[in-house]
Amino acid sequence: MNIYVYIVRRMLYVIPILLGVCAIIFLLFNVVSPDPTLIMLGKHATVEQMESLRRELGLDRPYFIQYLDIVKSAFTFDFGRSWATKQEINTMIANGAIPSLTLTLPAFVLATLVSISISLLVAFFRGKFIDKFVVFICVAFMSISSLAYIIFGQWFFAYKLGWFEISGYEHGFPYFIPYVILPIIIWMILSVGPDVRFYRTIMLDEIYQDYVRTAKSKGLTEKVILFKHVLKNAMIPIITYVVIQIPFLILGTLLLESFFSIPGLGSMTLNAVNSLDFPVIKAVTVLSAVAYIVFSVITDVLYTLVDPRVRLN
Amino acid sequence: MENVAAVDLTDKSDESKSLWSHAWVQLTRDRMALGAIIVVAVYLIVALLSFMGLIAQDWATELGPSYAPPSSEYLFGLDIFGRSVLLKTIKGAEIAMSIGFVTSTIAVIIGTVLGAVSGYYGGKIDEFIVWFYTSFSSIPSIMMLMAITFILGKGVTSVYIALGLTGWVSLCRLVRGEVIRHKNRDYVNAVSSLGGSNFRILFKHILPNVTHIMIINFSLQFQVAIKSEVILSYLGLGVQGRPSWGTMIDDSKLELARGVWWQLGSATLAMLIVVLAFNILGDALRDALDPKLKGKS
Repeated sequence: MNIYVYIVRRMLYVIPILLGVCAIIFLLFNVVSPDPTLIMLGKHATVEQMESLRRELGLDRPYFIQYLDIVKSAFTFDFGRSWATKQEINTMIANGAIPSLTLTLPAFVLATLVSISISLLVAFFRGKFIDKFVVFICVAFMSISSLAYIIFGQWFFAYKLGWFEISGYEHGFPYFIPYVILPIIIWMILSVGPDVRFYRTIMLDEIYQDYVRTAKSKGLTEKVILFKHVLKNAMIPIITYVVIQIPFLILGTLLLESFFSIPGLGSMTLNAVNSLDFPVIKAVTVLSAVAYIVFSVITDVLYTLVDPRVRLN
Repeated sequence: MENVAAVDLTDKSDESKSLWSHAWVQLTRDRMALGAIIVVAVYLIVALLSFMGLIAQDWATELGPSYAPPSSEYLFGLDIFGRSVLLKTIKGAEIAMSIGFVTSTIAVIIGTVLGAVSGYYGGKIDEFIVWFYTSFSSIPSIMMLMAITFILGKGVTSVYIALGLTGWVSLCRLVRGEVIRHKNRDYVNAVSSLGGSNFRILFKHILPNVTHIMIINFSLQFQVAIKSEVILSYLGLGVQGRPSWGTMIDDSKLELARGVWWQLGSATLAMLIVVLAFNILGDALRDALDPKLKGKS
């Protein structure tokens, strides 16, 4: 199959998936969820009040139209206005994306570099004590609640030792830096465990391949094999793993942002959940689903471009 | 005739016994895995005793001054209302284990049934199920969790359902793939030419061959659920009116500044031990049960 035909077909498959995502969101928020007007107006609301609010929010229209609204927003990225702040949701998202990225992007890059380095190291010492020890430490780190890391880290390093800002944020480079260092460190601690385990498995999968044996019998040193041959071949699953995480960086992080009062998309989402701001919740959900789907297409296409062994079918 | 049947029977039981007993021998020979099994068993017993009301029944009783630190009298210290943190941790173990058990059961059932049906029948049914789980998994699970708990209201039941409904996709994918691999094997053709119904072939003959995936997934889902309960508690969507590790950790965000570390410490440690055990057990189960890994170190 031609690569362009494959790309087009893969992109067309996005459409039914997006319609499916919209259907699930519609079912959750427009059909089975408790009446938002009842919650917004409280127990003592009159029927007339509820009716007028329903009309204002567009909840009195037929289900079919309400579903089409969600579908439309998924394709045009026009999410309307927030119920709580009455702001354009697109403006809110644009405002929140930058603070989120100042935290997630450096954290992600650093965590990925550290994890790949550690996994190369343990692949070098595979089967030895240091390998087993590092894997055990990774699993142990993964077994602690992320909330515990955040609460302890904020109290100990920011409050008790005073090394970092406890919370808050300032816009613009370089003013935001002191506020994001501690969240970045906590993010790294949270992600190095699972990442090292994942990258180590990839490296070990490659190390037992025939070409490694060939390279060894040619007399190449372990170092050359590891860095020149294994790492190169392992790049394909590594790229896949990295690219698929990118959409989540834009969306920020719910817990870290709310604990450190960083006004990113994670905080925005949490506020929306607490104030039952359905349009914002739907927008974030639609947006993250779209990003996820688009980036999985990108990884699939990258995969076929980078690896000649993958056959298109 | 009778003789042949008898031979067949013993053959079959021998075979299935050897697979599982082989795995059991391998598990118990691995000291880490054995330790993990013991830890999980202890937690299960504690949870069961607490569930039956034999221990930690009086967790809500005021035993002493607010925030009394750990001492020989108050082993794990007291909380803001002078309640024993030890008893709260035990009660929390009951909640955590029940959440782990119920949600993994829900997730494994949904994942197995959908995956098996999808893989076995193929065609339009397969396309529909694949479409459904691809759409479903495109939505971040945290948004799904929040939406479901919001719809069902707060409380432990909605935590069960929300976590159970969000944890099945990866198992569904795996089971579907395995069933596709199996459905054209000779043994399946033999059963179908003997007149076995699709239902019988699928559930009686193919599914036992994917049981190991279900068990591994159950053990992984178990600890994911325990960890997710903490996040739900922080979001205010968790267990209400009774102690859980999530609420204890969440409470501690206001306590640490006053030097009260024992709620965070107890809940985190209790969770660390059991989640670590499940992680080790999951890996050991994979090594012991996955035939593809057999023979490799």
